[in-house]
Amino acid sequence: MSLLRAIAAIALFVSAMVCAAQAQADEDTLRGIIAKFALSKNYDQTEEIIVELGATGDPAVARVLNALSEGNLASRKSDKAVFIVREAGGKVALLDPLTGENVGEEAAGAMDKVKVKNSLRRLIRDVLAGLTLGSPDPQVRLNAALTMFANPDVSAIESLDAAIAEEQVASVKLAMQQARAASILISDADEAEKAEAIDLVAMRGDRDALSLLIGFSVRAEGELKEAALAAIADIESRLAVWDAAQNVWYGISLGSVLLLAAIGLAITFGVMGVINMAHGEMVMLGAYTTFTVQAVIRASFPDLFDWSLVIALPLAFLVAGTVGFLIERGVIRFLYGRPLETLLATWGVSLVLQQTVRSIYGPTNREVGNPSWMSGSFDLGQLAITWNRLWIVVFAIGVFVLLLYVFNRTSWGLHMRAVTQNRRMASSMGIRTPWVDAFTFALGSGIAGIAGVALSQVDNVSPDLGQSYIIDSFMVVVFGGVGNLWGTLVGALSLGIVNKFLEPYAGAVLGKILVLVLIILFIQKRPRGLFALRGRAVET
Amino acid sequence: MITGRFFANGVTPRVLITMAVLIALAALVPILHLAVPRGSAFHVPAYAVALFGKYLCYALLALALDLVWGYCGILSLGHGAFFALGGYAMGMYLMRQIGSRGVYGNPILPDFMVFLNWKELPWYWYGFDQFWFAMLMVLAVPGLLAFVFGWFAFRSRVTGVYLSIITQALTYALLLAFFRNDMGFGGNNGLTDFKDILGFSVQAGSTRAALFSASAIALSLGVLFVALVTGSKYGKLMVAVRDAESRTRFIGWRPENIKLFAFTASAMMAGIAGALYVPQVGIINPGEFAPANSIEVVVWTAVGGRATIVGPIVGALLINGAKSWFTAALPEIWLFALGGIFIATTLFLPRGIVGTLDDWRAGRKAKSAARIAEEGDRGEIDPSQEQHVVAGPKERAAVLDGRRGGPEPQPRRGGPEPQPAE
Repeated sequence: MSLLRAIAAIALFVSAMVCAAQAQADEDTLRGIIAKFALSKNYDQTEEIIVELGATGDPAVARVLNALSEGNLASRKSDKAVFIVREAGGKVALLDPLTGENVGEEAAGAMDKVKVKNSLRRLIRDVLAGLTLGSPDPQVRLNAALTMFANPDVSAIESLDAAIAEEQVASVKLAMQQARAASILISDADEAEKAEAIDLVAMRGDRDALSLLIGFSVRAEGELKEAALAAIADIESRLAVWDAAQNVWYGISLGSVLLLAAIGLAITFGVMGVINMAHGEMVMLGAYTTFTVQAVIRASFPDLFDWSLVIALPLAFLVAGTVGFLIERGVIRFLYGRPLETLLATWGVSLVLQQTVRSIYGPTNREVGNPSWMSGSFDLGQLAITWNRLWIVVFAIGVFVLLLYVFNRTSWGLHMRAVTQNRRMASSMGIRTPWVDAFTFALGSGIAGIAGVALSQVDNVSPDLGQSYIIDSFMVVVFGGVGNLWGTLVGALSLGIVNKFLEPYAGAVLGKILVLVLIILFIQKRPRGLFALRGRAVET
Repeated sequence: MITGRFFANGVTPRVLITMAVLIALAALVPILHLAVPRGSAFHVPAYAVALFGKYLCYALLALALDLVWGYCGILSLGHGAFFALGGYAMGMYLMRQIGSRGVYGNPILPDFMVFLNWKELPWYWYGFDQFWFAMLMVLAVPGLLAFVFGWFAFRSRVTGVYLSIITQALTYALLLAFFRNDMGFGGNNGLTDFKDILGFSVQAGSTRAALFSASAIALSLGVLFVALVTGSKYGKLMVAVRDAESRTRFIGWRPENIKLFAFTASAMMAGIAGALYVPQVGIINPGEFAPANSIEVVVWTAVGGRATIVGPIVGALLINGAKSWFTAALPEIWLFALGGIFIATTLFLPRGIVGTLDDWRAGRKAKSAARIAEEGDRGEIDPSQEQHVVAGPKERAAVLDGRRGGPEPQPRRGGPEPQPAE
């Protein structure tokens, strides 16, 4: 990152030097032209001066032209010298029209503003765009080309032609050619040139190009119209691919949320064979821990706000994990061998937890803020990706990898797997299964707690938060199978993606119903889920 | 015993007493409500009639769940769905009875359809203006759903917690579906604003009293039905499936058929309960499908006592009475209390109130019998036989282990744990 930044800084510095050298060479000429503004009698003369300034091709005129367009260019009545003016408490500050340096001040009455009107402003914009096409910074040139593509103008073709001839950077050149093509399409150029332009515009393949071509196809006739329609169809099919990619991304995002919510459930179900109906409430506890941490930070250490989630993560793990441990020791261990009754007892626990939170924090939604690094979004191709979703995906992957490590590389994980596969045998080998149970339950609950931290960023934090995730989490576990973390991953991602793909066709609610029905049907085929435990796992 | 010769197996004196009490209630409450003057101490006010009528419907629902859970070992977390479907069938009949007295005065379309700009009645609303058809649907819709669902689920041997979870998914899917306006069942608001049932105003005191009696009679018939089923050979098979499904299969029975019968019959009972419930509360909306409701039904049954016939009724009445009292007096505390009941029942009263009482009485009887004779024939003592049948898994495990004659390293555990072939 810092290396890139250094390179960029050097490049900027070099280009600034080059720029300065060029400007120096022409400065006297420029000043001569600028001085004419003071003598301009009417708009036509002003227009000539602007064109003349533009013809010099020197980016340094941007300052004076911008000032003119904003109505800040004025000449001193006494000596007809031209300055950029800035109001400063009854007087005006005088700035040098080329360098922008402060060169003194005058009474407001001593200055004559150079008059400007909208057609002149438009002219200035075009001239400036032409100038920026000649800028030594490729990024400036690219932006200019993109601006000109969005606002095609027949008169810009010439300056674009010149710029294309000079251009060395391939991507910028392409953008310029496309901008030129966009202008060609509205000009009265011949058919062959227009056909070529259609191809160029179609290459962009985004929504801007699509609307441009649609506008063109309405006006065009004959072969051109056909070519435009073909290009439109092509772009639309490409956009459909992007839409699919968008759905996949949304699906992955939903899937990672499901993964976070379900993975703890899958662990406890796999190891202990009990369904923890209070799992959703662990998620809720994690979210409320985040809320509390943020409330404390807001009140006492406002500078730490960006760190609030990092601070909340271990706390949420501890809070939810401790509650889970207490539930296991206090309730569940007396109910082993009675999975259905465990389900009922944990449901009771979930009611108590919900009501406790409701009594402490109130029944309404609580607001959990996004730290600065989780707000906003960026574009990837045609996709708009929000940072909070991206971070949740990253976080879910991190949690998953961590759990994989714990399961496959630590002795505790070994014990858990042993108990999952054959409890009696594990016990005979000297594994203290009751403690494995207790800590597995605490681990599963703790994971749910940190899932709550993540969910607090995308969902309302209310006492019912857990309820809305519990059934989906069950579906993931039932679909993916127990005893294998990969099952949960595949289950969560496929449910997320299927859900998002059904949504555009069936609507959100019907899509969800369809998914539920599909799972109910799937269970008939594989009653133990996708990744079932192999071996002698036979029900009594 | 003598009673065994007079009545079918399963119709024990206790069942007869329960039925007698219910029928007496069915006769007495309308009289006390309608004939006794308002000021009298024996007058039953209108709200009490509606409230207890509602409780009786809940009791029937709990009894239906007891048939599948207590006797057949299928923990359904979706019985609220069958209840609500029965309720919707009744609600559709009541909606059609409104006729042109609705807000929009449309003689055919219910108000919400006019509001949504529907032009004609959807096909699935045809026939619901006939009472007999609606009653048929009250039985057929939940029964058919349970049959199809059970057919798939039991055949592919989905059992235990997996089955519980997918029954919950079933009711959740229905909840989402019925919330949609496009379904044509009134969406969020459900069906309400009923006027008539069979030509009598649903608001009238006499109609309310009649509905109460109908609920009480339906419950007593439900009790009789469950008693007959569980006392029959089929009932024995259900218990066998509950206690050792694989063994039952190995002996040559088809557990899936037995379960399917219990599940479908139970769903129909739940449907009847829902149908009686709707005119008494005056509304049916998708909230009835909420998974939480179905789980609450399970706790009624658990508190009263699984695999006892009276237990679910006692449980439903007790918990709902407590709910009414708590939500009026201490609304904050109710969820704590309900959650506490869930935990306490599973931990300390695994056999429920009635089951625990039975155990206690059986224990005393067994003691006195042991004093009289060294060797008591267990088959002759009714309650202890019942105890043998309904013993919890722990006791069963102990019996099994005892038979095998080897001490176990630790208690048997459930779930997807591999078991050595027994």
